[in-house]
Amino acid sequence: MGYFSRFMVPHASPAIYASMVAIAVTMFLLVVGLTYFKKWIYLWSEWLTTVDHKRIGIMYLISALLMLFRGGVDALMMRAQLAVPENKLLASQHYNEVFSAHGVIMIMFMAMPYIIGFMNFVVPLQIGARDVAFPRLNAISFWLFFMGAMLFNLSFVIGGSPDAGWSSYFPLAGNEFSPSVGTNFYMISLQIAGIGTLMTGINFMTTILKMRAPGMTSMRMPMFTWSIFVTSVIIIFAFPVFTVALLMGALDRLAFTKFFTITDGGMDMLWANLFWVWGHPEVYILILPAFGLFSEIIPTFSKRNIYGYKSMVASMIIISLYSFMVWTHHFFTMGQQAYVNSIFSITTMVIAIPTGIKIFNWLFTMWRGRIRFTVPMLYSLAFIPLFTIGGVTGVMLAMSAADYQYHNTQFLVAHFHNVIIPGVVYAVLGASTYYWPKMFGFTLNERIGKMAFWVLNVGFCLAFFPMYITGLDGQVRRMYTYSADTGFGPWNFVSTIGSALMALSYVLIVYMIYYSIRHSPREGASSDPWDARTLEWATHSPVPEYNFAIIPEVNSREPFWDAKYKGLSIFKGEYNKIHMPNNTGAPFIMSCLFFVFGFSLVFSMWYVAGAALIGIFVCMAQRSFQIDHGHYIPLEGVKETEANYGGGSDK
Amino acid sequence: MNIDHSKPLEYSTEQNRLNILGFWIFLGAEIMLFGTLFASFFTLVDRIGSGPAGEEIFEMGPVLLETFFLLTSSFVIGLVVHAMRIGNKKAMITFFVITLLLGLGFLFLEINEFMTYYHEGATLQTSAFTSILFTTLGTHGAHVTLGIFWGTFIIIQVARRGFTPETANKTFIFSLYWHFLDVVWIFIFTFIYLKGMTGV
Repeated sequence: MGYFSRFMVPHASPAIYASMVAIAVTMFLLVVGLTYFKKWIYLWSEWLTTVDHKRIGIMYLISALLMLFRGGVDALMMRAQLAVPENKLLASQHYNEVFSAHGVIMIMFMAMPYIIGFMNFVVPLQIGARDVAFPRLNAISFWLFFMGAMLFNLSFVIGGSPDAGWSSYFPLAGNEFSPSVGTNFYMISLQIAGIGTLMTGINFMTTILKMRAPGMTSMRMPMFTWSIFVTSVIIIFAFPVFTVALLMGALDRLAFTKFFTITDGGMDMLWANLFWVWGHPEVYILILPAFGLFSEIIPTFSKRNIYGYKSMVASMIIISLYSFMVWTHHFFTMGQQAYVNSIFSITTMVIAIPTGIKIFNWLFTMWRGRIRFTVPMLYSLAFIPLFTIGGVTGVMLAMSAADYQYHNTQFLVAHFHNVIIPGVVYAVLGASTYYWPKMFGFTLNERIGKMAFWVLNVGFCLAFFPMYITGLDGQVRRMYTYSADTGFGPWNFVSTIGSALMALSYVLIVYMIYYSIRHSPREGASSDPWDARTLEWATHSPVPEYNFAIIPEVNSREPFWDAKYKGLSIFKGEYNKIHMPNNTGAPFIMSCLFFVFGFSLVFSMWYVAGAALIGIFVCMAQRSFQIDHGHYIPLEGVKETEANYGGGSDK
Repeated sequence: MNIDHSKPLEYSTEQNRLNILGFWIFLGAEIMLFGTLFASFFTLVDRIGSGPAGEEIFEMGPVLLETFFLLTSSFVIGLVVHAMRIGNKKAMITFFVITLLLGLGFLFLEINEFMTYYHEGATLQTSAFTSILFTTLGTHGAHVTLGIFWGTFIIIQVARRGFTPETANKTFIFSLYWHFLDVVWIFIFTFIYLKGMTGV
């Protein structure tokens, strides 16, 4: 029994027991359902072993939506706790666990996979490629992310959740002050997911550099592809820093090294620096693809090409450079000299310039455009003013002297939700509606979608704007309660109402998906429902396995638009047999071993960890010796598929 | 599969060219990884707590020998690629085996060095300095270890299958990796050992 006691949750509560039951019931139903409907083989051969970038993208999106639910429930628990003063709903320890889980899940396991999901689905289509450069590595990336996410979520019911915040500052996150295994889960699950993300960055950088369709010069690349290219560069240079920081953190906790300790020369601020050297570029890893998605949606629904293409590209590149030069602004109050703070104040404020250029370019794109108020466009329209407010409060926070007033208050919480929700979340929700027909061959219900948008928008403003006020008045973030004398009560209550509306919008979005699956017309669905401009709309919906029967030739920035309205041809030549990569179960199996490896490291079960590590190396050796030339789809197969779609693709 | 015979075998297919570019990008990420380790090392180098400083434990002899082994192996892996380009399988495999043996010799010396430090009271847990020292050296050593296994697999494949676009591609990429580890070692030798011993 002593051995198994390590798996107990140290601060159990009814909520945790309820989650245990819920997880057990869900797993049971999943197994029974898969068996009853005889879907095991389908699941294995079509999804678990796939190397198709489109399916991997869809799996990322499904995971993100599930994690949005988990992170959202955490948010609701926090808002319920803070709704009234002196609330006793959550104890302080639980509150710590909940906000830590909320932060990690929303950033790493919701926003990241949402973005990477679109990256996977859209980029190869946009550049006219048949897959990414390394399809099998892509599958490994997904499964490592997935196993990292599962490992992190497991902490809630086995061993205890991390409770040192999503930034996990030392010495708080060290063994002395965080004795439970929670922070081990943080260090190791993020490491596993992070390796996957790094591989994604390398994969997409190679893909975009080498696999563009003939004629697509770098200055003809669609804006979303440009944003993913810049993002990949940031991933490649930022994630290794996090890898090292997590390695040191894990060693401090598991091997008792002295990196971030208070004694024996350890330096807790080293963690803070390394964390934010990765952490600040990380927020640009999220926002630049979001900018890219808006830059696809806004021209389409304004019937105009993007305004200031070159300045859009230049500003993204400048943002990516500056993203590495601002990390200290996350801890202005933690002991640097004034001149260091001043330098980082200035670099931080400078980022507002390229961002401002992008905002004006979107506005000028819409200027005299024929705007259609579809769901994706509504999200884009709401994004511009809301994100600008978030950006302006960011400049307020960037002033290091003034920052001493509102550092670590709800003002900061309001600021970063104000950029991440209208920036990233609106982008991915808008893009979900925008790309849904390309993924599944039918459109989502417009009426429910608009309803969800308005509820979310009102909910967002109600939830976060009051935090600016209480923050300026001194309500500290991450405090589990406050006294009635502070006067924060009414504003917090408004916030909680706002969060309930946001939860309602999530329900509406899920209902919209359900309703559309049931009722949306499949017959006569167009492969180009939005009258769009770039290559991904030139192929069929849903996209065939090989993406394009004939590799397109590009002569302009908006090849599909020009094909439709200027009569330029993009598909020249004849059908031919098509080379495709083989499916493989190895990425899934190897990632399962990573899960076992991570889980046993969390609990210091060295023998199991060693065995799992050997298993991982065996998988790598197997890959080294394997001869795998992929396979060909024969000419007849291509012709048949194209005929089933009703004639050739847009010729 | 389209094989372009005008290019060296390792560049002869589209997938091969992708692999090589992808690996260069991966090496970019590796530079960041070791860069972070070096930055942390410079931050923590004087934070020795009650443990020994670098100049008290570093010994020039073994470190020079390690450097000699690794630098020589980097030259020999160059000979491997040259032998591969002129299609001499026997020479290629011989040079490859010598490369890995030199790597093994390096590892043997490094492990010995770690044991010496351990007996002198500098362990992973002694101080921030020793923690970052062992972590930086250990990360490099782990790369070398992985490389020895990887290289062995490639030797077996070349012996069995001869020079194909795949085996040539793997050999070339392995040579990039091995040279990279050598470059990292030059930085370790200069900025950890020499700087640590002279106290500049």
